[in-house]
Order: sequence, then structure tokens, then C-alpha cells
Amino acid sequence: MLKNFTRRNFLARLLTVFAWPFTQTRAADAPAESVEVMLLKVTGGARVEAGRVKLELPLLADNGNSVSLKVSIDSPMTPQNYVKSIHLYGPRNPRPNIANFYLGPRAGRAQVSTRVRLGGSQRVLAVAALSDGTFWSANADVVVTLSACYDAT
Amino acid sequence: MMVRWLLRGALVTAFALHCAAGHAQQAVRPQPLKSGLDFTGPEVRELQHDDFANPGMLWISRGEALWQEAAGPGRKSCAGCHGEAKTGMQGVATRYPRIDEGSARLINLEGRIQQCRESRQQAEPFKYESAELLALTAYVAQQSRGMPMSVAIDWQNRHNFEAGRAMYYRRMGQMNLSCAQCHQDNWGRKLGPETISQGHGVAYPIYRLEWQTMGSLHRRFRSCLSGVRAELMPQGSPEFLDLELYLAWRAGNLPIETPGVRR
Amino acid sequence: MTARIQVPAKAKRGEVIEIRIAIQHPMETGFRFDDGGRAIPKNVVNQLVCRYNGVEIFRAEMGSGIAANPFLDFFTVAEASGELVFDWVDDQGQTGSERAALTVTG
Repeated sequence: MLKNFTRRNFLARLLTVFAWPFTQTRAADAPAESVEVMLLKVTGGARVEAGRVKLELPLLADNGNSVSLKVSIDSPMTPQNYVKSIHLYGPRNPRPNIANFYLGPRAGRAQVSTRVRLGGSQRVLAVAALSDGTFWSANADVVVTLSACYDAT
Repeated sequence: MMVRWLLRGALVTAFALHCAAGHAQQAVRPQPLKSGLDFTGPEVRELQHDDFANPGMLWISRGEALWQEAAGPGRKSCAGCHGEAKTGMQGVATRYPRIDEGSARLINLEGRIQQCRESRQQAEPFKYESAELLALTAYVAQQSRGMPMSVAIDWQNRHNFEAGRAMYYRRMGQMNLSCAQCHQDNWGRKLGPETISQGHGVAYPIYRLEWQTMGSLHRRFRSCLSGVRAELMPQGSPEFLDLELYLAWRAGNLPIETPGVRR
Repeated sequence: MTARIQVPAKAKRGEVIEIRIAIQHPMETGFRFDDGGRAIPKNVVNQLVCRYNGVEIFRAEMGSGIAANPFLDFFTVAEASGELVFDWVDDQGQTGSERAALTVTG
């Protein structure tokens, strides 16, 4: 070490020592699969069109632990033409696939409401699979802030 | 010489009057009185007003069941003595915390339920913050929903009231902040992304989104204290009971909202 | 598991009815740590199925991205009088079930 000891080498080594912790991501920080890969499993490579889906989320979430969400699809919901499933994604969540809902012609109305967790401000995505083999989507931007005060309880 | 004494006397009197006036000024309520709902987003308001979607209702359901549940060696239930909660418990929460005749000490709703469990039902009291105590407290308080708080300060609880008020105005913790500095002097202003409320306790126990569960008013006190990095007293402590009394008085005639939803 | 369901008691044949369910469950994400620094294991209600007279009319696959005390609101068409049965299960295998009677007229 002393043989090649120059200031440059020393600084470079020092930098790697300090940078090392930042290269270790917790499993929670790096999602295993990207949303694109997850969608491929649903669509099988078919095109996802924007439209026909309405995704309602508040612009500003009171708290990321619980954000009200409503997803509805313009569909007659007849045995010939209905929504098969709805898939929700939060790309910035540690597990981006939030939920999947399976409907059918007996649903009557292609609309589901729930409350989701959002791990940060992000663009939430809803993809609907229709009975005719087509896929439609909508997205909604939500700003999620942290609580003002630290809560140790 | 005489003039100097007179001057000193005048200064001392003026100072004493100023202090007295300041002391009297502290026994004030915020004007106008506003529920915590006025300081949350519309989503929290909607959640609280929807009697099905309100997550606190899950605890109310449990409380309803517990009310009928027989406990202790005598197999007594709350309903056995108090009848239907809807009639028997109406208005009760508006009068708490109050002085317990037996011990001459301040007692809140949680304390009263625990006392009933232990001394009248001879059953194991529920721990503070347990699902059962939260459920029963919320259920009882809900029977007074919409009714105005009506806690009176009299010769029996005046020392508790004064202690509670003193704590309210005392700077605490590493951040050296008092309750009053946020909730009396700066309600309506922003603290980070949040709008500071007046800090009333009329909606408790609440479903707090931050906790992702139901919680008591004393837990909320502990949250605030941890926020200013002060030492946390335990739930049910005399300091918190005194503070709860002060808050109950300070809420004026605000209606009970239990089960509340807050962020 | 405490749960509440909201299903109309009566409906006309062919009417689209709204169904709501709220389940008391922490939906533990697996990312939290207890006071001792130990990771609290993941445990969420991962599936909920609603059957109407034995036929599945709604299914939800849920993850830790669904908020604690999961709430679902969906629809179905009132066809015949009978029963709506809700079944759900969490990661630990705990199951829950609720049922509601529905009277369909016309």
C-alpha cells in the first residue's frame, strides 16, 4: 500500500469506503420487478391503450398510509363485452403491484373503490383487461407528504 | 426618598397586575372553536362522515359486542347494569374526565371502564391501548356523538384544571415547545405540509392514518411529546388526566365526534 | 377477524347493487421493525372472494399496497334471492368469512 501511496489513490480509496453503504439497497428500496415486466405477465405483450379507464385519487394525500382510490371503466358489462380484471400499480411502492381485481359480466358496473398505501409521490397506474382481449389504462399523479412531527408511539 | 418608595411600589403593583392579567389571559379558548376536521383534507372528512367506510367503526362493532359480553365470576356484562348503551350511555362522554367520588381523583372514560371491569365485574381490566379498551371507550363515547362537551370546572377539579393548564403552556422537550405555541397561537398555520389544528380531544378515540389503527387521546399526547422530543408519560398518568380535563374545558361546547378519523 | 359488510337487504331483479366490505386487519407490510429492532413479518389479507349463490362474482388479490383495515367497494347485478358469501385469507393462513342475505323481487 505504501509503495503506491499517492494523494489521488488515497482519496479514491477513501471515497469507495464512504460510498459503499450507498451501494447497498434494502430489499424494500429496489423493487424486484419493474412495472413493465409485471404488465407483460398480464398483457402477454399486447398493447395497452390509454383511455376508457378513470382512476380517481386525491391530488394531495392526507397520509401515505391510506389514500382513497376509485377505478372505473366505461364498459356495458354484458356477457359479450365486459371487464375481466383491473390491475393497480404504484411504481414507487416497494411492491408496485398494489392489487388485482377480477370482475365479470355479473359485476354490472366496472367500478372498484379501496384505500391504498403510497410510499411517496408518484403516478399510480390502472390497467383494465377487457373480454375482447384489449387492454386500457389510466394514471393519476398523487403528492404524498410525510407527517410534520415524529411520532414515537 | 418617599418618591422612590412610591415609585417602587407603583412598579411592583404594575408588574403584579401584569402577571395576574397574563395568568388570567391563559384561561382562554381559541376563537372561533373549530373541530380538527376543519384542518384536514377532504378525504379524511369524508372518511369520518361515512359510517361504513370510517375505519373506526370496526372498533365500534367490537365495542358493541363487548358491551353484551359477560365477564368475571359473576358473569356480568356492561348491559347487565347499564342496559342498552344507546340510552344508558347517552351524554356520558360529554361529562368526562370527572372526579371519581370514591377516590376523589380525576378519572376519564377509559379509567371508568377499567374501574368497572375490576371492581364491579371482578374481571381483568383491559390494558390502555388494547383493542378491547379502545373498542369499549369508542362505543361509549359514540353514544354522545353530536352532543356538546359539558365539562364543568368547580372546587373539586380546579386544581386538576390549573395543573392541566400549566402543562399546556409549559415549554417542553428538546424543541422547547408548549402545546399552546402550536395549538393556541398558531392554529390554522402550516407545520410542514400540515395545517395545525386547535388540538381538541372531542373526536377521541380516533382512527389515525399515521397509526394505521385506533388510538386514545393519551396516545396522541405521547405522539405530540415525542414530536417535540420530550419525555413521554404513560397513558393514564395524572399529568395526562389533568391535561385531558383542560382540553375538555377548552373545547367549549364542541360536539363529540367519536369515532373520529385524523391523518 | 372483525369485518363489516354492507349489502342492500332488497333489490329489484337486474338492479346493479353496491357491496362494501371492511376487514379489521393490520396488513403488516413486512418493512416495519418492533421496539427491539426485529422485523415484523409480512402478513396481509392476500385474497378476498365474493360468491353470490355459490358463483364467484368478485375476487381481489391484495398486497401490502392496500391500506390497513382493508376496504373494498364493488358492484354486482341482483339476479336471484339468496346469499352473498365473502371469504378471505391472510399470509398466515387465517381465514375470515361473512355472509349476507339478499331478497330479489320482480
